[in-house]
Amino acid sequence: MIDTLARRCLDGDLRAVARLISLLEDGDKNAFGTLAALKQRSGQAHVIGITGPPGSGKSTLTDKLIGEFRASGKKVGVIAVDPSSPFSGGAILGDRLRMQEHATDPGVFIRSLASRGRLGGLSKATAFALRALEAAGYDIVIIETVGVGQSEIDIVKVADTVVLISVPGLGDDIQVIKAGIMEIGDIFVVNKSDRDGADRVVREIRAMLETQAMLKRGRSVDAGPDTLSARNAEILHHGQNDLRPETMPDRADPFDLPPVMKTIAETGEGVPELCREILSRFEDAKASGELEKRRQASIKSQLKDLVGWQVMDYFVDHEENGRLDNLARAILTREIDIYTAARELFSALIKGERQ
Amino acid sequence: MERKIRVIVAKPGLDGHDRGAKVIARALRDAGMEVIYTGLRQTPEQIVQAAIQEDADVIALSILSGAHNHLFPRVVDLLKEKGADDILVFGGGVIPEEDIPFLKSKGIAEVFGPGTPTSVTVDFIKTHLKRE
Amino acid sequence: MSESEKLEKALQDWNAKVEKSIAKYPERKAAFVTGSNSPVRRIYTPIDVGNKDKLETVGLPGEFPYTRGVQSTMYRGRLWTMRQYAGFGNAEESNARYKFLLAQGQTGLSIAFDLPTQIGYDSDHPLAAGEVGKVGVAIDSLEDMETLFGGIPLDKVSTSMTINAPASVLLAMYIAVAEKQGVPAGKLDGTIQNDILKEYVARGTYIFPPTPSMRLITDIFSYCSKEVPSWNTISISGYHIREAGATAVQEVAFTLADGIAYVDAAIKAGLDVDEFAPRLSFFFNAHNDLFEEAAKFRAARRVWAHIMKERFGAKNPKSLMLRFHTQTAGSTLTAQQPENNVVRVTIQALAAVLGGTQSLHTNSRDEALALPTEASVRIALRTQQILAYESGVAETPDPLAGSYYVETLTDSIEEGVLAYIKRIDDLGGAVKAIEQGYIQQEIQDSAYAWQMDVEKNERVVVGLNKFQVKEGPPKGLLRVDPAVGENQVAKLRALRARRDNAAVTAALEALKVAAMGSDNLMPYILTAVKTYATLGEVCDVLRGVFGEYRPSVMF
Repeated sequence: MIDTLARRCLDGDLRAVARLISLLEDGDKNAFGTLAALKQRSGQAHVIGITGPPGSGKSTLTDKLIGEFRASGKKVGVIAVDPSSPFSGGAILGDRLRMQEHATDPGVFIRSLASRGRLGGLSKATAFALRALEAAGYDIVIIETVGVGQSEIDIVKVADTVVLISVPGLGDDIQVIKAGIMEIGDIFVVNKSDRDGADRVVREIRAMLETQAMLKRGRSVDAGPDTLSARNAEILHHGQNDLRPETMPDRADPFDLPPVMKTIAETGEGVPELCREILSRFEDAKASGELEKRRQASIKSQLKDLVGWQVMDYFVDHEENGRLDNLARAILTREIDIYTAARELFSALIKGERQ
Repeated sequence: MERKIRVIVAKPGLDGHDRGAKVIARALRDAGMEVIYTGLRQTPEQIVQAAIQEDADVIALSILSGAHNHLFPRVVDLLKEKGADDILVFGGGVIPEEDIPFLKSKGIAEVFGPGTPTSVTVDFIKTHLKRE
Repeated sequence: MSESEKLEKALQDWNAKVEKSIAKYPERKAAFVTGSNSPVRRIYTPIDVGNKDKLETVGLPGEFPYTRGVQSTMYRGRLWTMRQYAGFGNAEESNARYKFLLAQGQTGLSIAFDLPTQIGYDSDHPLAAGEVGKVGVAIDSLEDMETLFGGIPLDKVSTSMTINAPASVLLAMYIAVAEKQGVPAGKLDGTIQNDILKEYVARGTYIFPPTPSMRLITDIFSYCSKEVPSWNTISISGYHIREAGATAVQEVAFTLADGIAYVDAAIKAGLDVDEFAPRLSFFFNAHNDLFEEAAKFRAARRVWAHIMKERFGAKNPKSLMLRFHTQTAGSTLTAQQPENNVVRVTIQALAAVLGGTQSLHTNSRDEALALPTEASVRIALRTQQILAYESGVAETPDPLAGSYYVETLTDSIEEGVLAYIKRIDDLGGAVKAIEQGYIQQEIQDSAYAWQMDVEKNERVVVGLNKFQVKEGPPKGLLRVDPAVGENQVAKLRALRARRDNAAVTAALEALKVAAMGSDNLMPYILTAVKTYATLGEVCDVLRGVFGEYRPSVMF
């Protein structure tokens, strides 16, 4: 069964690919075996992460980009991520709506993923889904997610190219400054750029990128962790983000800032230029070895996450009835403190594993 | 992790009245399902492609324009062609009772007329899934 | 004590008594609400209507702010137009239905087009498969239009056409047919719905994006103000917004917000407000709650009058008058026990008449199931005639005026409408609000709330969730001949072979160039339809220049 699914994926059987993604989403253990069988294709796709606040037009932009990629003969997979209802656990996934152009193009595969209330785990499902699409031979896989928060950062950090979208008039100062977001963008796009204030947004983003670059540069000159600039760098990205400046190739040249581009997704203006920028940066990164370094860092980060998830899964699977409740009560009544309790749980876990 | 039921909600053809489709989409979401809402003006080809890519368990078709006898069977036929006829297909909207036997003979599992409570639709899905 | 102090005291005592009695014998429900879920009080008295200047707020019929009606004599002068929406199959069948209705005493025509026609596709377009002639008549070219109005004198009959995105084309065809009958455009009476904003929000038969759509609409305003001065160039619609699930307040608010957007667009296009505003008309829903609906219409008139006067500075009294057509609420009709629908429609029609509508369509009893049969539509027409001639409600204007309940409702609906209009203004107007999905979300939320109320039995629908009976399948429903589609395709082929294709190509080319510029497109469209260019061909030219609208949906 596993081999058959893997074989079918490699053959480009779309039902098999879709099925595999579902199994991975559900955490089916056999599905990971299937992925393992597909490892010869891993790394073949150019993964592009696109994120932006609601109303930024990112789905429309994604739709237009798909058109560009298709025109150059590339097969495109899209993973569109949407939040699930915290109450019912269900979701309404509507991103396909904005990509109707490609609804019957056999060279485009669009898959909607719901967050299913798993904060960190969403990036897991996305990462697995993208491997499945890669294995099926898609040259480009776009991960599209709304928002500019921590979970979106987690989602797109598996991407080779991260495109961040802003729009004029949406209180941009708030959007862009959020933890870690400036760090991970490779290309910044101001969409709906025919609106008032577009140029101002472009300037603001450039200014922030310059500041960020200066801080990084400052830190790389002063080696120690206690310098002011190092502390500022920490402040800038206080998320659980392994793509810290120190793991990323230093940009010694302060003028090599990520580009800030203007588009009007609705009419397609600026989209061919954006597409070229995405593709050429990718080629440059491949040639210079930067892509390799970046993927290594990303993989290390994913490995850590995977180990962490396995530990947590094991913990949850082996959870004794009521033990957590009892501990929580004991903590509230101050019989035990939370740190000691956690250490006890962890020791039990380790001992259990050894047994 | 509990398996989620994935449903395509689609309006085939040119009919633009989507009140019912949107209400159903919300009701299914509130019942814990993942709904892929594909909106208006869907061709049978678009609906089937979406169902396959999304690994859907169910396709829910809404139509009030009278074109159901032409469009619904087309969806089922395409699913068969693509080896995806383990997907449950049902419809709702303004569909005369006398057309229902024909639609069922073509593979539409059920037709829900005006006034059907959403809970009936939710239960039907849960008890009639063809997969797993 | 003054009169009002006496009343206050009496009310206090009354309330105390009622509360004592309720403690022993509770009321039927914990909360009483209108059809739109607005709270309904235990009693309404003069205190609720207060000290407002009645002349200023309620006034007299035919006088600003027109709360009591836009004409001084209202139905004493002329009854509302009885205008049944009809059309199906091909032009011949629809023509026969129109003649039947006119013979039965209907006083105006209302044309229903099929979906391919409404969306600018010819009957042989791939997307038209299965849809030709189903929800209205199939019109592919001037030839079909000539058949549709064969034997119907266009100088004697006023015609309303429910057509939006391609309204310019159908209007051009109508003008061309009239010309052939020897009737000059200046003599034509009628309406085109031509309201694209509500298509984006509630009805779905859009073609082009908002900006070029507004251009087409303002071109029509401008053209008709000179060439077809008696024509109502737009029917700004709330009917469909209500059908999509909106409340009464939302229906009026979103409609008037759309109206504001159209007036803005026309002024921006260089038209003088008093040039086109007198020919704006509206289209509302008549829903179940009798008093709320009647109050709704009164509130709508008052709000619009103030908007036109104060916001747009209109001077011509005709610019300030909200004239409207009403249709009874289709979504309230049940498939279960369809005869009950005759009763529902009667109450709804009554609300429209008490609300002062200028023209009225009453739904038929079988419309939850299919298009109406001749017998069903005759009952629907008779409903209007009985109201007009037997019930006495048409004998004096605005008979509900002064009712404490109705005046309070009118005031509170007005308040709600103004709040929404302010919110939409803050979002940048109706077009922006639609782009952001605000209006759609409001409507959806109301629709879902209503559905949940019905399913929880908090709202009773007779025959559906209460008083059900076991029924067999309905008999005798109208079926559209499936051969209509094939026949239209054959006709199209023959037409294309017969006509002067060089003339068609030249006309379409000229239209394309004009569309890329800023000329008024009506003359070009008129030329094109006269060469027997098809609807699809004309719309495809415009699609090429304007692009197509892509909806966004929020949940």
